[in-house]
Amino acid sequence: MSSETALLEEYSKREYKHGFVTDIEADALPPGLNEEVVRTISAKKNEPQWLLDWRLKAFRHWQTLQEPTWPHVHYPPIDYQSMIYYSAPKQKPLLESLDQVDPKLLETYEKLGIPIEEQKALAGVAVDAVFDSVSIATTYKKTLEDAGVIFCPFSEAVQRYPELVQKYLGSVVPAADNFFAALNSAVFSDGSFCYIPEGVRCPLELSTYFRINAQNTGQFERTLIVAEKGAYVSYLEGCTAPKRDENQLHAAVVELVAMDDAQIKYSTVQNWYPGDEDGKGGIYNFVTKRGACRGVNSKISWTQVETGSAITWKYPSVILQGDNSVGEFYSVAVTANRQQADTGTKMIHLGKNTKSTIISKGISAGFGQNSYRGLVKIQKNATNARNFSQCDSLLIGDKCGAHTFPYIEVRNTTSQVEHEASTSKVGEDQIYYCRQRGIPTEDAVNMIVNGFCKEVYQELPMEFAVEARKLLSISLEGSVG
Amino acid sequence: MLEIIDLHARAEGTEILRGINLTVKAGEVHAIMGPNGSGKSTLAHVLAGREDYEVTQGKVTYDGHDLLELDIEERAALGLFMAYQYPVEIPGISNKYFLKAAINAIRKYKEQPLIKTSEFLDLLKTNLAKLGMDKSMMERSVNEGFSGGEKKRNEVLQMAMLQPKLAVLDETDSGLDIDALKIVADGVNALRSPDRAFVVVTHYQRLLDYIVPDFVHVLAGGRIVRSGDKTLATVLEAEGYAFLEPAGTPA
Ligand SMILES: Nc1ncnc2c1ncn2[C@@H]1O[C@H](COP(=O)(O)OP(=O)(O)OP(=O)(O)O)[C@@H](O)[C@H]1O
Ligand SMILES: [Mg+2]
Repeated sequence: MSSETALLEEYSKREYKHGFVTDIEADALPPGLNEEVVRTISAKKNEPQWLLDWRLKAFRHWQTLQEPTWPHVHYPPIDYQSMIYYSAPKQKPLLESLDQVDPKLLETYEKLGIPIEEQKALAGVAVDAVFDSVSIATTYKKTLEDAGVIFCPFSEAVQRYPELVQKYLGSVVPAADNFFAALNSAVFSDGSFCYIPEGVRCPLELSTYFRINAQNTGQFERTLIVAEKGAYVSYLEGCTAPKRDENQLHAAVVELVAMDDAQIKYSTVQNWYPGDEDGKGGIYNFVTKRGACRGVNSKISWTQVETGSAITWKYPSVILQGDNSVGEFYSVAVTANRQQADTGTKMIHLGKNTKSTIISKGISAGFGQNSYRGLVKIQKNATNARNFSQCDSLLIGDKCGAHTFPYIEVRNTTSQVEHEASTSKVGEDQIYYCRQRGIPTEDAVNMIVNGFCKEVYQELPMEFAVEARKLLSISLEGSVG
Repeated sequence: MLEIIDLHARAEGTEILRGINLTVKAGEVHAIMGPNGSGKSTLAHVLAGREDYEVTQGKVTYDGHDLLELDIEERAALGLFMAYQYPVEIPGISNKYFLKAAINAIRKYKEQPLIKTSEFLDLLKTNLAKLGMDKSMMERSVNEGFSGGEKKRNEVLQMAMLQPKLAVLDETDSGLDIDALKIVADGVNALRSPDRAFVVVTHYQRLLDYIVPDFVHVLAGGRIVRSGDKTLATVLEAEGYAFLEPAGTPA
C-alpha cells in the first residue's frame, strides 16, 4: 500500500495547490451555509420556485437535526460552516500530454487496464482528435433518444422535464430523511437523471458514458432513476481509477423508482481517496441510496464494490411495496490502513410474496474497521415474504476488525428470514502453503480475496468485474507480509 | 542434489534442530524416522523456508543454490516440494484453480509459457485416475472439508502435477487406509527417476515396504543419530527408540 499511498498523496498535494486560491476568486460563494446560500445556488441554476421551496424546507429541517453518531466509525467533528457550497464547475488547466503526468499514477492506470485515452481524461490531459469524447457522447445520446430514454445531468432535467423531476424528487428519500440527505436536498450541486419509459429496455449499459462525462458532479450529488412499467436499465456509477477530489465530505443521494415489472440494476465501484496510512486527508462518503419497488413484479438490485474513502457510511436499501417485488444487495467493502466502513442495507417488505437477498462481503486489512449493518423488516401485510442474508468477513492481519449488526423485525408470521454469518482469516499458514506451491504472497492474497468475493463479482457487468478484481488487488497491495 | 551441513534452527527461543547433516543425491529416496517432537517436520519446514523458524547455524545447498537465501516461492519454483503433515484449507479457491495457479506461477518464474487449458486438463485427468480420485474433488475448495486421507491424497496429486525435483513428504502415510497407502505409494514410485529425489518422513515401516528407501535415518533431539539402509526401519519397528536413551536425549 505504501507506494500507492505515497503516490496518491503526492498527487493530492499537487492538486490542492492549484485548487482553492483561484477558484475562490472565480465564481464561488464564500464558505458557510445559510438560507441565502441555498437561494443563491437555486438562482444560479435558474431553478423554478417549487424547487427553491423544496431546498429551503430541507435546509430548515436540517438545522434541527443532529449528525448521526450511531455508525461504528470515528472522525473529528465536521465544521459545516467552513465549507464552500457553490463554485461553478471550472476547467482545470489541462496538461499537454501524458508525459507530464506522474508516472506512478500512470502505472496504476496501467494496472487497471484503463484505455490510454481514458487515462488522459482522468489525469486531466487535453484529449486529442482521435478520441473525440463529444462525438462519442453524441452517438450515445442519439441511441438513447431513439429508444426514448432520458439520461442527462440533473440540472438539465430540472429545466427540460420539470414535471417528471417534481413528481419523483424526494419521493423515495424525503428531504427530511436524515441529516446528510437533508443537507444534500438543501444544497445539491448536480447529478444524473434517468427516465426509461414504459416497455423500454435501455439499449446501453449506462456506464462508459458516465465514466467519461461525470468528472465534475461535485460533492453533493443527486441521482434519480425512474423505470416505468416493464422498463429495464442497468446503471453503473463510479470509477475504478484512483480519483482525487478537493472536497472531503461527500453526501450524495440516489433515488430509484421501479414501476410494475420494471427492473433497475445499479452497480457502484467506489474508489475515492482513502487517505494516507494514518487516514489523513481521505474522503468521507456519507451517502443515502434507496430504491422503491413501487409496482408488482418489480426488481431493484444494488451491487457495490467499495474500496476507497476514509469513511464510508452507506446503506443502499429497497422498499418492497409492489407484490412479488424483489430486492437485492450485493456488496464487497474493503477497509485497509485506517479506513472505516459502516455499510449494509435495509430491505423493507410491504407487499405480498416479496423477496430480498443480501450478500455482504467485508474485507479488513491493516487497521481497517469494517461493519455490516443491515435491517430486514417484514410488515404486517407482507404475506409470504422471504429474506436471505449472508454476511461474511475476511480479516487480513490481526489489527483490523469486522463487526456485524443485523436487525430483523418481523410482523408477519408467514414470512421467512434466514441469516448466515461467517468470519475467516487469511492465515499465514494459507499464504505459506500457497508460496510453497510457487504462488507469491500478493497473488495468494488476491486469489483468496477473489474467491471470497466471487458471488458479488458475478453480479457486476462483465468488464467491470475484471476491473473491480484488479482494483481490489491494488487496494490490498502490501497488506500481508 | 541436497546437502545439509550442521543445520541449527530455532523457534520461539527454543533450539529444535541441533546440527543436522544429510546428503541426498539425485535418484535417491531417504526415509526419516524418529520419535514425536524430534524435529522431523521442523526440518521439512526449514527446507521449505517457513518463516517461523530461524536458522542459527549451518548451510544447505540445493541443486547448486544456497537454499537458505531463497524465498519460499523461489524454492518451490526451483523444484522443491513439500507434502504437508497437516495440509492447509483454503476456502473459496477450487482445487483445480489452485493447481493451475501453482503450475503457472512456477512457469512464470522460469519464464516459460503458461500451460494450455487442454494440456492442464489432460494432465489432471491422468493423475486423478492414477490416484483414484474423483474429479468432483477438483471443483471443491482446496482441502476444505476433506477427510484426513483425502487431504493426503490431494498432496500427492499436487506433487504429481508439479513434478518436483526434490519432494519432502511429511507423514503422507498417516491417516491413509491400506488401499490408499498403496495408491499413494504407487504415485510416488511412478515419479521416481534418476534425476529426482525424495525425503520421506514416516513413523511406519509399512510405507517403506512400498516406497523402498535407499537410506533410513533416525532423527532424535534435533540430530540424526543413526543412519542405515532399509533394514534399519525393520529394526526400529521391532525395537522402538529405546536405544536412544543414553545418546539421543538432548542435554
Ligand atoms: N513454531 C514453533 N514454535 C515453537 N515450538 C515449535 C514450533 N514448531 C515446532 N516446535 C517444537 O519443536 C519440536 C519438534 O517439532 P516437530 O513438529 O518438528 O516434530 P516432529 O518430529 O515432526 O514430530 P511428529 O512425529 O509428532 O510429527 C516440538 O517440541 C514442537 O513442539
Ligand atoms: Mg511432524
